[in-house]
Order: sequence, then structure tokens, then C-alpha cells
Amino acid sequence: MSQRTFKIFRYNPETDKKPSYKTYTIEVEPSWTILDALNEIKWYHDGSLTYRRSCRHGICGSCAMQINGLNDLSCELQISNYPKDPIVIDPLPGFEIYKDLAVNMEPFYAALKRVKPWLINDNPPPGSERLQSPEEFKLMGDSIACILCAACTSSCPSFWTDEDYLGPAALLKAFRYTFDTRDEGFEDRLEALDNKHGLWRCHKITNCFTACPKNLNPTEAISKLQRKVVSEKW
Amino acid sequence: MIHRHDVIIVGAGLAGSRAAVEIGQTANVAVLSKVYPSRSHSGAAQGGVAASLANESKTDRWEYHMYDTVKGSDYLGDQDAIELMVREAPETVIEMEHWGCPFSRTPEGLIAQRKFGGHTLDYGKEAALRSCYSYDYTGHVLLHTLHEQCLKHGVHFYSEFQVLSLIFRDNRAIGVVAWDIVNGGLHTFYGRAVMFGTGGYGRAFKITSNAHANTGDGLSQVIRAGLPVQDMEFVQFHPTGLWKSGILVTEGARGEGGYLLNGEKRRFMEDYAPTLMELAPRDVVARSMQTEIDEGRGIDGKNYVFIDVSHLGEAKLKERLPQITELAMNFAGVDPVKEPIPIQPTAHYSMGGIPANANCRVTYDAKRSETVGFYAGGECSCISVHGANRLGTNSLLEALLFGRRAGKQIVEDLSHLEFPELPADYEDAATEEVERTMAKDGEEKAATLRAELQETMMMDCGVFRSRGQLEKQRDKVEELEERYKNIRVEDKGTRFNTDMLEAIELGHLIEFSGAIVEGALQREESRGGHARKDFPKRDDVKFLKHTLAWREPNGKWKLTFEKDVVLKGITHPGFEPKERVY
Repeated sequence: MSQRTFKIFRYNPETDKKPSYKTYTIEVEPSWTILDALNEIKWYHDGSLTYRRSCRHGICGSCAMQINGLNDLSCELQISNYPKDPIVIDPLPGFEIYKDLAVNMEPFYAALKRVKPWLINDNPPPGSERLQSPEEFKLMGDSIACILCAACTSSCPSFWTDEDYLGPAALLKAFRYTFDTRDEGFEDRLEALDNKHGLWRCHKITNCFTACPKNLNPTEAISKLQRKVVSEKW
Repeated sequence: MIHRHDVIIVGAGLAGSRAAVEIGQTANVAVLSKVYPSRSHSGAAQGGVAASLANESKTDRWEYHMYDTVKGSDYLGDQDAIELMVREAPETVIEMEHWGCPFSRTPEGLIAQRKFGGHTLDYGKEAALRSCYSYDYTGHVLLHTLHEQCLKHGVHFYSEFQVLSLIFRDNRAIGVVAWDIVNGGLHTFYGRAVMFGTGGYGRAFKITSNAHANTGDGLSQVIRAGLPVQDMEFVQFHPTGLWKSGILVTEGARGEGGYLLNGEKRRFMEDYAPTLMELAPRDVVARSMQTEIDEGRGIDGKNYVFIDVSHLGEAKLKERLPQITELAMNFAGVDPVKEPIPIQPTAHYSMGGIPANANCRVTYDAKRSETVGFYAGGECSCISVHGANRLGTNSLLEALLFGRRAGKQIVEDLSHLEFPELPADYEDAATEEVERTMAKDGEEKAATLRAELQETMMMDCGVFRSRGQLEKQRDKVEELEERYKNIRVEDKGTRFNTDMLEAIELGHLIEFSGAIVEGALQREESRGGHARKDFPKRDDVKFLKHTLAWREPNGKWKLTFEKDVVLKGITHPGFEPKERVY
């Protein structure tokens, strides 16, 4: 056990005039993650501290937040990765604050829906599975592993300045279906993609790539989509 | 506020979402979830979904899958429901592929399949490649594909609404009362049909693979409505939980060739299951591991053993098991390419649950009499296709397949189900629970009580159990229930009050833990996931029966062992109970 200090963003719009930071010093175990520390604070020191969490092993995407200025999943990061006190924890930037570290994710999910995130193929399916070779399967890359934690979209300056921008997560989903050899919905998705709030808002800042806790590369996916749009149109 | 929809589904995991896709095409369906739908715990399932597609094991057939499931269940599974499941498995999985689920592929372009524990060819002769997978993200891709289908079909989601009570009167489900997590406040949802897909109850145990959200709320809501729960004592301990955290290392790791080593660096499974070795069913492997640990043959005499996958090589690990490679690094500080992973049994799956038939209609007695307008599917239900022990990859199958069946059944039943009347006291139970919880200003911390419950359930109602331990644990649960009255909720606000909601969830954990312990105590035999040191043999004369447990108004549990197990399939003559050897 050792003592560590956490400086955590606090804001309840119902009762607080403005946000503030609250500092907690607690005993932590060597193997603990940032989420373990938040749980310790909430469960034994301050029940009002509010954040989302569920699976605590990096697959549900609930607990994305900003840790020492970088978006990441609090459940996946060991406290020992951050040798200096205090460890500063903020909510994901770019979203309305519901309370403390919990933000309004509705715009994020609304953007996702705009890219029609489902397989589009009107041909009647065969009696068994549609065939897809291992090489074709790999055209989707790692995009199928996206957990929709919003770490990428929330790290994107283009998203901060354009609330209508689809953002890297929704574009990665568009990539996932566009590069699925079973999908025929390229034209259907063009309206959402091919405009200034879509693909062309991406300025290759690559924050999304750095922020992704699953080591996915939305920037690269967006570039591939852009090339496809250009080559199909002209 | 009152919301009216044709169908109310609680839970957005595979069962709830699959039913919603079915219903959403013809009726107005609302799905309530206490997390955003794509964060449901179905997404954590890794290794695959079972179906005898025969893509890889060319001689595979549903009869083998049925035999494996029945034998795996230690003969407590209902064979009519099992036959339905294994026969409909291929079309259920293929349908997910047609909806765009990205599956790993064979060189011919078919859905790839891998080995999993207890799945065999030719009635136990050799391991079968039956688990359809997508890397080790199978649950994740199925969940996301289904959620996206729900979006396509305009399913109405109420995300971050936590259900507090089931409105159930005169054998009819009417609706639910839920708390709006973001803004606070009660919302009543009523409809012509109500379905629970509320997930499992692993969070009652200290070492668990389950999410924080898996607090079995649906189970205690059913108990509080005066309905029974079934076979609650059957809790699956998955053999390969990461040491200390219990985070899951997929059984696919053994399916791909990983093996288990004790402190003597020996593959101890040869002593317990010489034919299937590490690919014996989970209850067998978990007990073998626990025995090694209890007899001092853990690593350095400690409470863990190793799973070694390093011989598979970096390329194969990346290709087949990328997630567990990452998990081992992040949560155990171990690089599985180079060194073995420390593991211990982890509470993983709830075989018990809300009694329901193969059409997912909830039943309420030993004669399987049906409730009206009330359906259950997935892990919260007990249909019972897993009996005393579930085989790996049969849970994703169950959730998809019975979600599908529930959806179809509900669509059919809507032709005669009218909107019920809300009773005058529809909101009283939920209002009372919120007021009582918010007023809590006592000396106890909810977290302390929860930790005590989880530790003692693990210790005295875990992999091995005995009368002495269980009687002690019964007293402990009663003590915790008493102390629960004296907890303190610090957050007194309405907005995003997770302090209050965690306290309410603790009430659920304590409530249904009573049923687990009472079932474990009264079932004086060892079967599947329930292992009694003082009754080490299966007793088919007394206990080839389902347990039904009701909570009486005085707080005592009433249990019966009168519900017969179905030993015949619909068309198949069934498999007679035999000694289970692997």
C-alpha cells in the first residue's frame, strides 16, 4: 500500500455555480487501476463522486475520461503508470457535463446513427452464410473492435469546433461497413459522409489515433474512406 | 411520467436486443437499459457461439451438440429445450452473419470454428470445432451488430434507466417502474408484454468475471413480485479468471491449445479428465484447479495456477486471441507470448434464474404453469438449457436464440394480449424504495457490506461447499440484510445519483444471495457447478429435480424439489443420466 493523490473535476449543474477540483489522498494497492482508485474514493470517502463504469476490463467503453490530460479508459490504466502526484482526472472534453465525470453521450450516438451503421444489402441472403475470405475479412481491419468509448471523438479539435461533425468514431463505423465486402451501402452513406461535417472535416490531427485505448487508427480509416469517395466520384 | 409501448424489454444485451429486432419490425417496442445498450455485458463474451455448422468438423451434427449439452448440464438440463436450441443454433448464427456480424473465416470463406470445453464429436470421442468466433471478441461483435439492427428497425431505447420494480398483478405482467439515472425521477412503463433480459448474478461473488452492472436486479424484482426463482445454487466458476481480479481469460485459450500447469509445472488435468484434459467442461476444470490449490499445489503454494499459451507463438496469439493478450498485459502485468498467465476460478455465469419455458414465457410452479404477458431470456432466465453446468459458447447461443424465440412468441401473443390497466398502487414499491434508500443515514457503508457479502459468498458458497459453511453463510446473509437497514447514502441529490443506485443494487445482491445459499444448503448432492464436500455424489433419486425458491412474507425461503427435469427431447428419445466422465 502507498499513498496517492487524485485531483478530480467536480461539477453538479443542479447545485454548483461553477466546476471545481477536489483533491483526495488515499491508500492504493500496487496493482490498482485508475478506476480502482475512483471506486475506493466513491465507496469509502465520498459517495457523491460520479462517473460511469461497468465491465472494468476495457470492453464496454463506459469509463473513458481524461487522465493527466489524455483521453483513456480508467479501468485499463495502472496507477503505477503515473508516478507523479496528483493524478488529474477530468471528464471527456467536448461534451455537456451531466455530473462530475459523466457526460452527455447523446450527440455521440446520434452521429453514429447518421452513418447508417448496419449492413446494407438488399439481395436475398443464401441459405448458409455469405462467403467472405479471410483476406476480405481483414479489409475491415481492427475497426470491428471499436468499443464506442468516445475517447477519439472527444479528443478531436475538429469535433470541438463543429458540433455537427460526425467525428472519428462514427467515421470508423462507416469505414467498417464500407469495407465489409458483404455491404452495398456506399451510396446510401454518401450523404452523411461526403460533406463538410463528414469526411472532409478531418484535418489529420491524429489525436483520435493517440487517444484510442484499443490502438485503432480512425485517421487511417478516414483517409481510406476519403480515397474511396474520390475514386468513386471522379 | 407514464410511458406506453406495446412491448417493454428490460436489458439491452443479446437476449433483449435480439427480441427487440424481432418485435420492432411490427410493433412498438421500448428497451430499457441501465447502461448504454452497447455496454451490456454480453459484449464481454470472448470465445464464440456454438452451432453445429460443420464448417470445420465436417461430421458435426446437432445430436452431438445435444449430447454434449445434456451431459455438460449433469443431466439437469431440460432436454426438450436443449433439442430446440441445438437444432435452431445454425440458423440463429447464420442469421447474425446475414445481418453483418463480422466472423473470422475459414480459407473457403465460411464462418471459422474452434474447439471449446465439453464440445465433442460422436458422443464424446474427440473434441469438436463448433464454436463460431470473431477473434476473441465474439460477444462484442454480436452485441454491436444487434444494437445496429435495433437502430435500423427504429427500436426505442431508454438508456440509463434503471428498473426498480416489476408491476405484476393477478398472474399478469403489466410493466415496470424505472429511475431516470441522468435526471432522477420515476418513470412507469407499461405494455401488453414485458420481457426481462436482465443478465446474471456474478457480482454476488468477490472474484468474478462479471461487470459492475451484473447485480441480478431482475432476479430480486421477480422474487419481490412473489414469483419463484429456479436452480439459483448453480453458479458457474470459470476456471481461467485472472488472478486477483477475476477478469476472464477465454476458454478459447485452451481451445487453441493452451494448457494448465500447477506449482510442480505439471499438466494436472491428466489426473482429472484424461481424455479431454483442459477441454473438459468448466465445472470439472474449476474443481480440479481448486483441489490443486487447496492441496498446496498452487504456484508457490498460493491460490493460483498457470495457463500457458506461450507455445502458440506471437502470430497465432495475435490472430486468434488478441484481447486476452492485451488483458494479461494490462491486468496481470504478464506478456503471454513469453510467460504463463496466473489464474484462479472466477464466478462467471448464473445457471439459475427466472423459470421460463422454451417459448420464454415465465412459469411460476412445479407444473410449469404460465404467467401472462411475462417473458424472460438470456442469463437471467432458467429455461433450463444449461442445467447444473453450462458449456462454453452455449451462453451467447442461448441469449441470441431465446431472445429470438421470445421475440417471435411475443409478436404472436400480441394478437390476443390487450393493454392491461395500471393498478392504483403501480408506483408504490418503487417510490418507497427510493424514499427509504435516500433517507438512509446510518453508520454502515454500503461498500463494506457489499465486500463482506462478496468475500463470504466466495469463501463459503464457492467452488466447494459444505453444510457448516452454508449454515454460516445463511446467517451471514441474514446479518447483512439487517445491517443494510443501517447504511448511509451520502449523495442526496436527484441528478446521476449512482450512490443511491449502488445502494439499491446491494439490496438486490443480498436478496437473491439468500436463494443461492438456501438452494446450496438444501440440495444435498454434488451436480455440475454445485459441489458439496459432504455429499460428493450426484443423487438422481432425490435431486434429479429443479429447485424452485420463493421468498415468504416473513423473509424465510420456501424451497421445493418437485419440478421434474425433462429427460426426452421433442423428437429425440433423450439421453439417460449416466456418470459423467471426460
